[in-house]
Amino acid sequence: MLNNVSARTQSSVSIRDLSLSFGSVKVLENLNLDIHDGEFLVLLGSSGCGKSTLLNCIAGLLEPTEGQIFIKDKNVTWEEPKDRGIGMVFQSYALYPQMTVEKNLSFGLRVAKIPKAEIDRRVARASGILQIEPLLKRKPSELSGGQRQRVAIGRALVRDVDVFLFDEPLSNLDAKLRSELRVEIKRLHQALKNTMIYVTHDQIEALTLADRIAIMKSGVIQQLDDPVTIYNKPKNRFVAAFIGSPAMNFLTGELAEEGGRAVFRTNGVSFSLAGYDASEPLKAGRKVTLGVRPEHIKVDGDIAGGEVHEAVVDIEEPMGADNLLWLKHAGHVMSVRIGGARRYAVGAKVRLAFDMTMASLFDAETEERI
Amino acid sequence: MDKSLTMPISGPAISGSNGSRLQAGPQGKRPRKVLSPRNIIVYGALGLAAIYYLIPLYVMVVTSLKGMPEIRLGNIFSPPMEITFEPWVKAWAQACTGLNCDGLSRGFWNSVRITVPSVIVSIAIASVNGYALANWRFKGSEIFFTILIVGAFIPYQVMIYPIVIVLREMGLYGSLYGLILVHSIFGMPIQTLLFRNYFVSLPEELFKAARIDGAGFWQIYFRIMLPMSLPIFVVSMILQTTGIWNDFLFGVVFTRPDTYPMTVQLNNIVNSVQGVKEYNVNMAATLLTGAVPLIVYFVSGRLFVRGIAAGAVKG
Ligand SMILES: Nc1ncnc2c1ncn2[C@@H]1O[C@H](COP(=O)(O)OP(=O)(O)OP(=O)(O)O)[C@@H](O)[C@H]1O
Ligand SMILES: [Mg+2]
Repeated sequence: MLNNVSARTQSSVSIRDLSLSFGSVKVLENLNLDIHDGEFLVLLGSSGCGKSTLLNCIAGLLEPTEGQIFIKDKNVTWEEPKDRGIGMVFQSYALYPQMTVEKNLSFGLRVAKIPKAEIDRRVARASGILQIEPLLKRKPSELSGGQRQRVAIGRALVRDVDVFLFDEPLSNLDAKLRSELRVEIKRLHQALKNTMIYVTHDQIEALTLADRIAIMKSGVIQQLDDPVTIYNKPKNRFVAAFIGSPAMNFLTGELAEEGGRAVFRTNGVSFSLAGYDASEPLKAGRKVTLGVRPEHIKVDGDIAGGEVHEAVVDIEEPMGADNLLWLKHAGHVMSVRIGGARRYAVGAKVRLAFDMTMASLFDAETEERI
Repeated sequence: MDKSLTMPISGPAISGSNGSRLQAGPQGKRPRKVLSPRNIIVYGALGLAAIYYLIPLYVMVVTSLKGMPEIRLGNIFSPPMEITFEPWVKAWAQACTGLNCDGLSRGFWNSVRITVPSVIVSIAIASVNGYALANWRFKGSEIFFTILIVGAFIPYQVMIYPIVIVLREMGLYGSLYGLILVHSIFGMPIQTLLFRNYFVSLPEELFKAARIDGAGFWQIYFRIMLPMSLPIFVVSMILQTTGIWNDFLFGVVFTRPDTYPMTVQLNNIVNSVQGVKEYNVNMAATLLTGAVPLIVYFVSGRLFVRGIAAGAVKG
């Protein structure tokens, strides 16, 4: 179909002006989101911001108060969950405890009265992909957490759905299993090329898995972009602070002009803003916050040129591969990431330079990026 | 092989070259005194309570096994000199209540015919109600729930007369069906509450997963919820069985002499004024009537506790 309409709505899932309230509590408000075919979209946000609520709306488990949901260009706002072409994986696995793995996988197909041979074929395929064939005869209580989550993914897999919905599928697992399954989910997406919507509050999961990330705060999407843009050009201070570990350094001050060039000034110290890609003219006197990530501050030997400042080492946090230095300068304490082998004594003097091409400036009042 | 040979070899290998690193003094589990004041008080109180309840039972059992001459001697605590099952047989098959003299057996079968259908009907309806209230939040479900809770606290006595009229209009007054209907309805509020609270305690995501899998109201109920709810069904069954079996008020109001349940018949036997008081028969009749709830408790008491606990832990 190459007509006008489908060209305009080339999305797999489209959420239009969606609002949802529980009684008087507004959880989602006028939310708009278009997810491309085959895209891996991650919904990222702190606890209670409405991620699960949005996912449940897409699945048809919650009725929106207002707005529409389209899946594959079909208005499914009033459709039953089973008719939406979605599969969902829950944080608590939600496997039927009294059924074997095989029965768990085939439950939806049996409900839909699909012929036995076809069921067997699909269960075999899904369990092959997820490598759970040896577990088919076991009950969920006889599985480990990772195996359970694999079965839960398999349950969505057998139903041949267009869209996969994941609600924090890995947060009940320990760190090692989580990183293993993360890779497997990525591999699964590359093999199946389905649309996937993935809810998490783990930013590593978001950055590693996503084609695009939607960062949510109290029911509103703050920024929807690819991981690199989200990381390097956060739209506002919330996004900047939410993404990145160790967190971005924020210096409060104001814009000024020195020798015809814009500078950032705080506590009497000026930082040249040469190289900063501003979206509007940098007017002197405006109150702003300068955000710099720990790896974008260069120390001593790493300095390639430009403006150099001097700071004092406040504390040192060795983290194996990296070493996190906390430096005191211009009335602020800022963290700097350096190689794990380079060590400094507390109180030592270091030279530092800001990489302004990678920095972010936010208006102090609106907290929007300048 | 030989233990004395293997022990010294494995010993040092575990605890290091210089043997044990433990010092004298407290080690491992702290010893508890058996005869501490606390234990004496706790077990003493428990023992007294047990005796308090068991003595009447003991008296009943021994009396029911004595003949009348022996009872007239008056030693109610002494064990029977000559054990006889005559009173039991008489209580079951020959004791007279009003017009007929075929013992408690008639009441027993009436009670069975009342209890079994009432329990099945009330549990079947209450479990579906509870499931609907817990998982399918329909319009007005909150109001419905509130009404049910209020219903659980209205004293029965208030409703007896209106129900008599309703049953009479329906042509069910005096029949077993009428009583079954009354028991089923009166069990509903508390049973529904019980089931609702249990289903609410089950993980909500399970229900969501089943809906995404395409299962409907009944499919989720029968294929997902029922298999997970055995404990609460056992609890509910015990409560209903003993409650309905022990009922006296409804039995006496809503049935006729030939359809009296066992409790009513027992009362009539024990309180009959003609002839001599046959204490041994009365005791045997009472024990027979109490046997059913007692057996239900003994058989399923363990499941009962587990069911109650299961609801509490998961919530
Ligand atoms: N049934 C409900 N009734 C009333 N409020 C609700 C209900 N369900 C969720 N909420 C509220 O809606 C908000 C969003 O909840 P939601 O479960 O979507 O958060 P979330 O982003 O998924 O959080 P988490 O990361 O903890 O899972 C929360 O503030 C929550 O208190
Ligand atoms: Mg959630």
